[in-house]
Amino acid sequence: MEDEQTTFLTLLSVVAIAGADYCVVAADTRMSTGYSILTRGYSKICKLADKSFMASSGFQADVKALQKHLSAKHLIYQHQHNKQMSCPAMAQLLSNTLYYKRFFPYYAFNVLGGLDNEGKGCVFTYDAVGSYERVGYSAQGSGSTLIMPFLDNQLKSPSPLLLPAVDAVTPLSEGEAIDLVKTVFASATERDIYTGDRLEIVVLNADGTRYEYMELRKD
Amino acid sequence: MGKAVIDVPPKGGFSFDLYKRNAMLSKDGVQLPPFTKTGTTIVGLIFQDGVILGADTRATSGSIVCDKNCEKIHYMAPNIYCCGAGTAADTEAVTDMVSSQLQLHRYHTGRESRVVTALTYLKRHLFSYQGHVSAALVLGGVDFTGPHLHTIYPHGSTDTLPYATMGSGSLAAMAIFESKYKEGLTRDEGVQLVTEAICSGIFNDLGSGSNVDICVITKGNKEFLRNHLQPNPRTYVSPKEYSFTKKTEVLLTKITPLKEKVKVTEVGDAMEE
Repeated sequence: MEDEQTTFLTLLSVVAIAGADYCVVAADTRMSTGYSILTRGYSKICKLADKSFMASSGFQADVKALQKHLSAKHLIYQHQHNKQMSCPAMAQLLSNTLYYKRFFPYYAFNVLGGLDNEGKGCVFTYDAVGSYERVGYSAQGSGSTLIMPFLDNQLKSPSPLLLPAVDAVTPLSEGEAIDLVKTVFASATERDIYTGDRLEIVVLNADGTRYEYMELRKD
Repeated sequence: MGKAVIDVPPKGGFSFDLYKRNAMLSKDGVQLPPFTKTGTTIVGLIFQDGVILGADTRATSGSIVCDKNCEKIHYMAPNIYCCGAGTAADTEAVTDMVSSQLQLHRYHTGRESRVVTALTYLKRHLFSYQGHVSAALVLGGVDFTGPHLHTIYPHGSTDTLPYATMGSGSLAAMAIFESKYKEGLTRDEGVQLVTEAICSGIFNDLGSGSNVDICVITKGNKEFLRNHLQPNPRTYVSPKEYSFTKKTEVLLTKITPLKEKVKVTEVGDAMEE
């Protein structure tokens, strides 16, 4: 096979949507390599702090190392400051951690979702070397090219030339956001061979964290 | 008589004129667009009364599914069918071409086509293109001499087998065949086994998916079971219907009428001979 490198990647799809008082982070649970499936039940969403969840696509060994690194840093922070890290703080930490390895990068495409200090939903989207931006919604991974245009169509606010500066937050209710995520993954599974098996959805709001699962096509 | 703008190759077939340019471009890092391949599972087996062929229905282009329900079992003759894996254009073209050649041969000889005839046409064509025609085929049919099943590889080699699998899902399907195949299967047992083998490819190989197609060929009869099994329905249909009312915003409209460049003057009988 000409491309030995990519046969070890698990490209999958991850999505996150931020709302006025909630955040939804979702990823499928298929881990694949080349044309084979390694496992159908692998969770790509990691809890970094009470209010921060990170979902990553790419090379899963690098992703695991990155998660360990961030968890260790978070533990030290808790000891020093006697409180959990807020989501924007975790976002900055992740960016710095990724850029630290600018010349031998973590092969991880991340999306960080959570609630900020005021309880509003926040989503941060990253590239492989740490460039990040706070957005209202994001998709990464192999299905992102299929998912992003649909999310843009449904959620993107009108042009900034017409309206005053808009909040980085989407005007959907929590139920509508979950429905949107399920539709988007069911559609991406139809056309992307690396997406499928099961969908794991994490919902963060003022009442705490909730996990939801949905079956996807297994072929 | 000016020189033709496009030089067509003298007798049809392939033109390798752009080979040097493509090699130079790929050295500079420009990648070829991916072909539509049928990363596939195709199988065939011989049962007591004839041959059963099976195939999945997914066609991929890179990692994207371009056709969720394509047909991979191609007609060759009333008593011969062929499953194709590899580049979709190649399998279509080669099976169509040999199917036409078989019909001419039937007119010429006045007899029903034999499977070995189709086999020989196919292997000669594929060998002469030295593997560049990327078609891997499972050919099956029943003729005067009995049921036959063959596999044909892109370089032109062939095998004659009681059960066969090809494509990216061939290992998954062959695992099922090697465990459960026995001689003298009945029609229902055979269809059941082929379905299981294709399903194994569909669920375990990422290049195969969607539905199962089956073709049962016996002496004097054939049954084409298109979408015999559909084990992959869409899992979630939103109760809320999504509408796409948002369009690109119109910021400014400005109409500039074009001036005429040519003045047309009517002069009497302009076009009379």
